Amino acid sequence: MSLIEFRGIDHSFGARPVLQSIDIEVEESEFVCIVGPSGCGKTTLLRLLAGLLTPAGGEVTLGGKRVTEPPREVAFMFQDYSKALLPWRTASGNVSLALEASGYPRAQRPARIHELLEKVGLAGHAENYPAQLSGGMQQRLQIARCLAQEPEVLLMDEPFGALDAMTRQALQDEMLRLVESTRTTALFVTHDLEEAIYLGDRVVALYPNPGRVAQVFDVTLPRPRNQLTTRESPEFLRLRRAIFDFVREGET
Amino acid sequence: MSKLAKGILFPVLFLLAWEIVMRATRMQSDSLAPPSEIAAAFWRAALDGTLAQRTYETLRAALTGLAVGGGLAVVMSIALGLVPAFARLMRFSIEALRPVPSVALIPVAILVLGFGYAMEISLIAFSAFWPVLIYGHAAIVNIEPQLLEVSRVLRLGAFGRVTKIVLPAALPRYFVGFRLSAAVSLIIAVTVEIAANPMGVGHELMVASQSLHPDLMFAMVLWIGLVGWSLNAALLFAQRRLFGPAGAGVAAR
Repeated sequence: MSLIEFRGIDHSFGARPVLQSIDIEVEESEFVCIVGPSGCGKTTLLRLLAGLLTPAGGEVTLGGKRVTEPPREVAFMFQDYSKALLPWRTASGNVSLALEASGYPRAQRPARIHELLEKVGLAGHAENYPAQLSGGMQQRLQIARCLAQEPEVLLMDEPFGALDAMTRQALQDEMLRLVESTRTTALFVTHDLEEAIYLGDRVVALYPNPGRVAQVFDVTLPRPRNQLTTRESPEFLRLRRAIFDFVREGET
Repeated sequence: MSKLAKGILFPVLFLLAWEIVMRATRMQSDSLAPPSEIAAAFWRAALDGTLAQRTYETLRAALTGLAVGGGLAVVMSIALGLVPAFARLMRFSIEALRPVPSVALIPVAILVLGFGYAMEISLIAFSAFWPVLIYGHAAIVNIEPQLLEVSRVLRLGAFGRVTKIVLPAALPRYFVGFRLSAAVSLIIAVTVEIAANPMGVGHELMVASQSLHPDLMFAMVLWIGLVGWSLNAALLFAQRRLFGPAGAGVAAR
């Protein structure tokens, strides 16, 4: 049995089907990326696993248990960081929210918050409000809040899509380092094929309208990955070519 | 400083002209008084304690009514905002009650409660209820949906969701509602006192008018204006202090 299983998922918004007979399995500590054009339902897949949506057909299980409400083991990183952070709380207050929700002992919170902010390089911004932080810093803050949940599964919905290229690469590496060090299972949605190959152990490509699993690519690139050497390796280029051709085929 | 000078230029000239015209024509009037006499009447009322006593009565009624009406509106708006079925159930009642002018309820309140604080406060509470309810309900319904999803994935309980997400997110708009309600409270307090209730600055104003003391009457009118202005200024100041850095982010959304 795999840690995460999507079994025969069908889902629709009103009359419009968005997902059709989806079967995906994710093993423990695996990093799986989901790519596909807009309208392929990749975000919906994450939201089903996060318990924010209930599938119309089929079932999603986590550790063998059917997901019916947001599971304790799952943290969710939203794409739009500006709407996912509480604007009236400081950076440390936003991290504290996750600790408050999980009933973390009050006396130990300040030390834990400091440790988490330090991990994402925001220790010097603990008392700043989100509006005073750059986009990259706000997304780091969201990572810190996710880590505060001590999740076994981290779901990320195009988390770096709105960031500039330099910031995005820096955050990719930081996030990979954190995920690997905690052996967290990760599901990462993106429309950036190179990002998916760079991060993932597997890349699941979806067809749009309605979303269906088109093909699954195994990524055997060695870890730790490197922004220069990994992206220049023949295997990376081969995969990029294969997935790119495949996605273009799907669009025509 | 020059901005202030420009601002008070017209009022000062106006008062001077008023004073000069009244003295030059030696006008004897039951309805008008020169500014110097108004100032003297104000000073007398301030010295003999009437002003403080009447102001206390009016403010006590207005602020108690604001607290009662606004407080009930906060509870009600949370219920309406978080339970859509309740909002649908109450929609008709709210739309039917809201347009009733609170002044029209003065006779009803007198009949039920008689004269005094209880009657005045309940009328003020009725009027102060609506702005807070409308603004608060709108604020809760329009909370960023993603913030509510954040509270779900963090598994905050219902109580935590209300106290940590919903109320802080809605707070700036609640405050705007309270500012409007505060202005309404003072208006209704003075209206009730002028129309019926024998207490407060409104009553003093009415007595001065009926006993043909225009100096005291104008002094009271100016004083009520000053009290209202101060109340609003204090709330504005509090709003800026409370929602300074974080409020900017809230307002920008």
